[in-house]
Amino acid sequence: MSEIPADLRYTKSHEWMRTLPDGTIEIGITDHAQQSLGDLVFVEVPESGRKLAAGDTCAVVESVKAASDVYSPLAGEVAAGNPALATQPELINKDPYGSGWILRLKPLAGASAGGLDAAAYAAVAASGG
Amino acid sequence: MSGSLRKPEPLIFELSRPGRGATAQHPAAEPGGEVPAGYRRRGLPPLPEVSELQAVRHYTRLSQLNFGIDTHFYPLGSCTMKYNPRACNALAMLPGFLGRHPLADAATGQGVLGCLFELQEMLKDVTGMAGVSLTPMAGAQGEFAGVAMIRAYHRARGDLTRTEIIVPDAAHGTNPATATMCGMKVREIPTRPDGDVDLAALDAALSPATAGIMLTNPSTLGVFERRIVEIARKVHDAGGLLYYDGANLNAILGKARPGDMGFDVIHMNLHKTFSTPHGGGGPGSGAVGVGQWLLPHLPVPVVGREGERYRWLDERDLPDTIGRLSGFMGNTGVLLRAWVYMRILGAAGMRRVAEYSTLNANYLLARLVEAGFEAACPGRRASHEFIVTLRREARQLGVTAMDFAKRLLDHGYHAPTTYFPLLVPECLLIEPTETETREELDGFVEALIAIRREAATDAAAVKAAPHTMPVRRLDDVRAARQLDVAWKPEVA
Repeated sequence: MSEIPADLRYTKSHEWMRTLPDGTIEIGITDHAQQSLGDLVFVEVPESGRKLAAGDTCAVVESVKAASDVYSPLAGEVAAGNPALATQPELINKDPYGSGWILRLKPLAGASAGGLDAAAYAAVAASGG
Repeated sequence: MSGSLRKPEPLIFELSRPGRGATAQHPAAEPGGEVPAGYRRRGLPPLPEVSELQAVRHYTRLSQLNFGIDTHFYPLGSCTMKYNPRACNALAMLPGFLGRHPLADAATGQGVLGCLFELQEMLKDVTGMAGVSLTPMAGAQGEFAGVAMIRAYHRARGDLTRTEIIVPDAAHGTNPATATMCGMKVREIPTRPDGDVDLAALDAALSPATAGIMLTNPSTLGVFERRIVEIARKVHDAGGLLYYDGANLNAILGKARPGDMGFDVIHMNLHKTFSTPHGGGGPGSGAVGVGQWLLPHLPVPVVGREGERYRWLDERDLPDTIGRLSGFMGNTGVLLRAWVYMRILGAAGMRRVAEYSTLNANYLLARLVEAGFEAACPGRRASHEFIVTLRREARQLGVTAMDFAKRLLDHGYHAPTTYFPLLVPECLLIEPTETETREELDGFVEALIAIRREAATDAAAVKAAPHTMPVRRLDDVRAARQLDVAWKPEVA
């Protein structure tokens, strides 16, 4: 079974969110998502300053099996994309909740992390969604 | 494939020895000709130096390593890898066709123009469209032409607000790519577990911004969209157009017509359905068909008939055309093969194509379900293809769809499409086509049963497959992460 840390928030489309001390939201894909995709070979991360609406495509992850869009769970401005992924896409496979983070987002005023808690996301992952 | 051939053939550069050559084919020494001295190369190009016989053996051996439709069952789903009758090739290679210059006057090419005109007419008939253009050079270009015509249609009406194309999540990846290339925004809608489009999600996606919807019917899940007439009404009521991706036309050939379902524009992969060369990366043909209201936007040239004479219709005849997609008339040699194929089969033969491709798929599906494999859309009849999910085998035996696919090669079967569509985990998308015998289909079922039995007792053997091919399991992750596609000779 895949790992689902209790202190993060999740989306039905398999992104996770972590609120950092400075208020920015760190976003990545879940352990379940990286397992389904298999070994990643390419990750496209967004440039700093890009403005995103909730549900916008914010990154692309590509494995030998498939290329998938990553959706921004909330509206905001990109504070940083993870530069390490350009040469080491496998960080997402090895450490999806840590060094495999994809972007940090400065949320639009009023936008909050929201989403599902770990238990609710576990149900989504178990249903094969 | 004989045992002695089961080793990798070296690159021809690795066979090279300095000074060796084939004088029989050697071109006469060039004095330099018209090329100014400053532009002439100073040394010889780094080509391999081998004898004529070495070159013949090298390429003959390579050809013997082919694993293709001429040697093996090739059930690659959504690709329609069926047998191309040799007659199509032979007749398209007649000297009169081969020797014709594309700039020659239409008056001297009434035969070839007549064939192309007839091909346009036959494709109109079989799809229920008002007009056809043969000029797109491949499926992706046909898709591009289709969506470009949708855009041109809305613009010609002065409606500039329609910027969205709706695409179901079961679609080919080329559909969203095409919409994006045409400057549209893609709106993805989900598919229901039974394989049909989710109508509530469609309702929610439709708006005054809807330019159109791209659908494949039967879909890539191998099932016929049962509510297509209702979908067409909804999209048309919202002011959008319907685009038919012809990837799976083989299933309905002569039985149902996209035009009658309400589609406004269609692209056809002649290299799939109409038996022209396929699988070598080209040349292809992505002919497009349109309803009455899109006729002015067809890509040119199109062949027209005036009385008994044929002529090219170009920008002067169709000023609102989306333009040209190829220098001349698409891949004319490929178009001629499609014309021969359709003339050999006739209307009755084309119906039999649909009937037998569907019968073969359903027979294969029924036998595999009987053997305990899991269908992705249980209870649904297959069209010309269907999906089996190996998620149970992956969970219980640790053997994945990719492992099954690789082991099939050892049994003498090309693997089906794997891991597509993305909606279904551990899937095989299987399309037997109409040109296979029952014995071949039975052999394929027996091979899959044997692999599952082997997976239960010796999973490692399956996971290490293929064992009998000249190239063994490749590290596709490393190949993708460390791309190295250009071999360079060491220049002395």
